[in-house]
Amino acid sequence: MNRFSVQIHGWLLVLPAAVLLAAFTHYPAVATLLHSFYSTPKANRPAVWVGLENYRAMTQDPVFWQVLGNNLWFALGTIPASIALAMLMATWVNGKLHGRAFLRLAYFTPTILPMIAVANIWLFFYTPTYGLLEQITVDLLGLPSHNWLGTPSTVLACLIVVTVWKEAGFFMIFYLAALQAIPPALAEAAAIEGASRWTYFRRVVFPLLMPTTLFVLVNAVINSFRLVDHIIVMTRGGPDNASSLLLYYIYDVAFKFWDSSYASALTIVLLAILASAAIMQFAFLEKRTHYQ
Amino acid sequence: MSAIGLRGVVKAWGATRAVDGVSFEASAGRFVVLLGPSGCGKSTTLRLIAGLEQVSAGRVFIGDTDVTDMPPAKRQISMVFQSYALFPHLSVAENIVFGLKVRRLPAAERHTRLARVAALLGLDQLLGRKPSQLSGGQQQRVALGRALIAETPVCLMDEPLSNLDAQLRQEMRREIRALQQQLGITMVYVTHDQVEAMTMADQVVLLRDGRVEQDGTPEELYSRPATVFAARFIGTPPMNVVSIPALTGNGTLLGVRPEDIRIAACGAGGGVAGVVENVEYLGADSIVSCRIGAEAMTVRASRVAHLSPGTALRLSWPAEATHYFDAQSGKRVERAAPAVAQFVA
Repeated sequence: MNRFSVQIHGWLLVLPAAVLLAAFTHYPAVATLLHSFYSTPKANRPAVWVGLENYRAMTQDPVFWQVLGNNLWFALGTIPASIALAMLMATWVNGKLHGRAFLRLAYFTPTILPMIAVANIWLFFYTPTYGLLEQITVDLLGLPSHNWLGTPSTVLACLIVVTVWKEAGFFMIFYLAALQAIPPALAEAAAIEGASRWTYFRRVVFPLLMPTTLFVLVNAVINSFRLVDHIIVMTRGGPDNASSLLLYYIYDVAFKFWDSSYASALTIVLLAILASAAIMQFAFLEKRTHYQ
Repeated sequence: MSAIGLRGVVKAWGATRAVDGVSFEASAGRFVVLLGPSGCGKSTTLRLIAGLEQVSAGRVFIGDTDVTDMPPAKRQISMVFQSYALFPHLSVAENIVFGLKVRRLPAAERHTRLARVAALLGLDQLLGRKPSQLSGGQQQRVALGRALIAETPVCLMDEPLSNLDAQLRQEMRREIRALQQQLGITMVYVTHDQVEAMTMADQVVLLRDGRVEQDGTPEELYSRPATVFAARFIGTPPMNVVSIPALTGNGTLLGVRPEDIRIAACGAGGGVAGVVENVEYLGADSIVSCRIGAEAMTVRASRVAHLSPGTALRLSWPAEATHYFDAQSGKRVERAAPAVAQFVA
């Protein structure tokens, strides 16, 4: 075989994957960017170039700002909590205790369950008067009844709890793998040097978990902007957009209001946020992370 | 005053007794080697002294204190692990002062001690590096530095040289021994290598199946092995322990070290008749494998490279180099031995 046919063979082997990637990933991304500079085509009015008009409209859209704010609170509420909880659970099930295999399974279960089903269960928990939460707060503790999902001030917190519960078990698996890669002799050496368990965790285990934390953090940030399933089931962004997140708003704009250009512009902003978050994490944490 | 004392120490996991009633005393400033084949319980014994494992029975003393129920940190010991157990994310300097920081020593004191230890071990140029950027020998030094900087009276070492190549091992052997003598530390050193034990130790505790087989100086272990096992474990090649009833009577085994046997030509009088099986030429001397009746015997002899298999010869050894062991118990039997030169087998 000569060089030329080797090249042909190579390209033919790459072709199926390349076609799929281009058709369903690269083309839509570029098309979205282009669409965001055009107006939304209507039946008798084709799309026209509007430049940055969609982005200018966005800055004056109060719902966009509210949704963006919601999303930042949602990220702030879910990311540190789910990471801390994952680390805690992993440290616990990594120890020598009876039934730890069962415990690991229990912690991982929320990850296996489909989000739609999970959201329905939690919907029941939060239901006014006969939901599980109400049964405890009202019937047992005698507190006044509260519509957890129907009140703008509590709805976002309720969704944060669901997300933390869903994510922590998944992140725990990564921490568990990282913990098991730490040689037990390190703990013994630290013990002989007089380090308490907390000192050992702070000075040795936590730094050695940093590569995992970085990976988990990037995933957690992406997830906090990506999860919409439970919003669709539980609140549909309500009441009064109090629980609407950026991606859910994009879905609303694109497929309920059929304003595809504006949705494109919103998508570009979402991508820009995620990209800059990832770059910042790698730039800042990479330097302080020890890879073995 | 003894620096370390074990009294009837037992460590059992279920029905298996990894350490089965070990007792020994080591006085301060001595280099004690726990020697034995793998699985004899020597590492477990060390971990019991360190407090990394809890004893099932017996007491452990360090200094004059009963430390049996104390956590490792309270026992005034330092330890070098087989895997070195360096903290991979910390620099050499941070690794060495880890314990001092944990114990909240003032920074000035930390710096003085670090400088002293780094100079002692030749680590000055490496203080800023991470363990992964060091060679095996350098990592070994860092682990040693972390143990020495604590300035504890007792230092424990778990096969610290087993991950090094032969030449480096020899260097470190000398260096560790010199440091131990210079600093006057009581050292407990675990190894399966009898050469390490013989060259470094003041006191060797030979273990087998969790029990003490013999406890004495290297000279005692070599010249007066207490059991057949001890006789065969020490020395290269090991002692010949054979059953020749014609020489010893029934129920007694005869032990002679290969280096104590002299070879004479077949025609000469005295000694035991043997046949050469093969000769291993080592340069300065040779290892000659012989057969005496049904028993095999190795002889260490110089200038015998010319011996070819099948050659008949006579073997003899001085009376004081003869050891006797009870065939049943394997224990040493004292008896005034006639020199074998008087026998003609």
